[in-house]
Amino acid sequence: MLTLLHEQRETTLPNAHASGDALWLDRLDIETTTGWAWKPEGLCRNDICVPLPRNAAHPIVKHDKLDLAAMWRHMGQPVVHDASASTWVFGTGPEQRASALASLEAPDFELPDLDGNLHRLSDYRGKKVFLATWASW
Amino acid sequence: MWQALFESLQGQGIVVLAIAMDNAQGARPWIEAAKPSYPCLIDRDHHVADLFNLVNVPQAIWIDETGRIVRPPETAGSTDVLRMMDRTNGALPEPIMAERKRIKALYLDAVRDWAQKGAASEHVLAAGEAGKRLVAPDPAIAQAHAHFRLGQHLLRSGQTDQARAQFDEAIRLHPDSWNIWRQAAEKDSRGLAAGPEFWARVDALGDKAYYAPINMKGVRPPG
Repeated sequence: MLTLLHEQRETTLPNAHASGDALWLDRLDIETTTGWAWKPEGLCRNDICVPLPRNAAHPIVKHDKLDLAAMWRHMGQPVVHDASASTWVFGTGPEQRASALASLEAPDFELPDLDGNLHRLSDYRGKKVFLATWASW
Repeated sequence: MWQALFESLQGQGIVVLAIAMDNAQGARPWIEAAKPSYPCLIDRDHHVADLFNLVNVPQAIWIDETGRIVRPPETAGSTDVLRMMDRTNGALPEPIMAERKRIKALYLDAVRDWAQKGAASEHVLAAGEAGKRLVAPDPAIAQAHAHFRLGQHLLRSGQTDQARAQFDEAIRLHPDSWNIWRQAAEKDSRGLAAGPEFWARVDALGDKAYYAPINMKGVRPPG
């Protein structure tokens, strides 16, 4: 069973298969794991569509699956996996992070407190937020 | 850590949101001892560090009522005094202690000023200035966060050696991140990553700061 980690999502994928640095996912799994939709015009989210690269030697589409790892790298975003290629992290690229920050709109996130209650940054909209990090180490 | 500040901010439309760059096991004793009345969130995968390009603790971000960043990530009142510290007992020379206290107070006063005056506070940055102070991650940093995330996942599933390899790669790609290095390092009996390897990294900083100086009126750059 494959596990894919993206942002704060962790998804197990019974229908995906890995081969070397390729990770083949169907349409539904792509959307579930990353929020991106695989459409005829490319990989799309909100009003952005990134066309799939055309490379006859290394096709990125086979039957009903897309090599999402190749597509992700094509989009300038990090892809790493463990030695057995059973756990994959699809990171967010520096350009995507930089443009989110440049908007000055604080990127939203959801994290638990010690009791497991989830808090979203956006829950505090309407108040000022002094966000401060710390650690025990 | 922020309880006194939080209490002085009551009723002013501001929340303190403390984020532990830590796992629950590490953070729990501290939170239970401090009994804070503000939310303390656990960010075991350092997701917030990935989102905001953070490198150390404590760092703070000021976010206004509409969700806009009005002060980008910066050192949250700490001063770069590590290299003046007596490494056997953590003691600092008296003048350094006094300066450290002064800057901490100045920073907390700035937070209180913002709480009271909101956008009219002199510490709220105009969009242009806030944008200029934001540090965007480079490709190596983005890649480092992916390796760190995988390392934390592997560690939780007991694959210690594989996790270590991921952490080593994250550190190689993002050597400026103390969050990554210290989270992944061996801890001493106090739970601190403050052994000889830590001090060797501090010494290797050269002219670089462990805590970047706060860019705020009244704070002199160190040195």
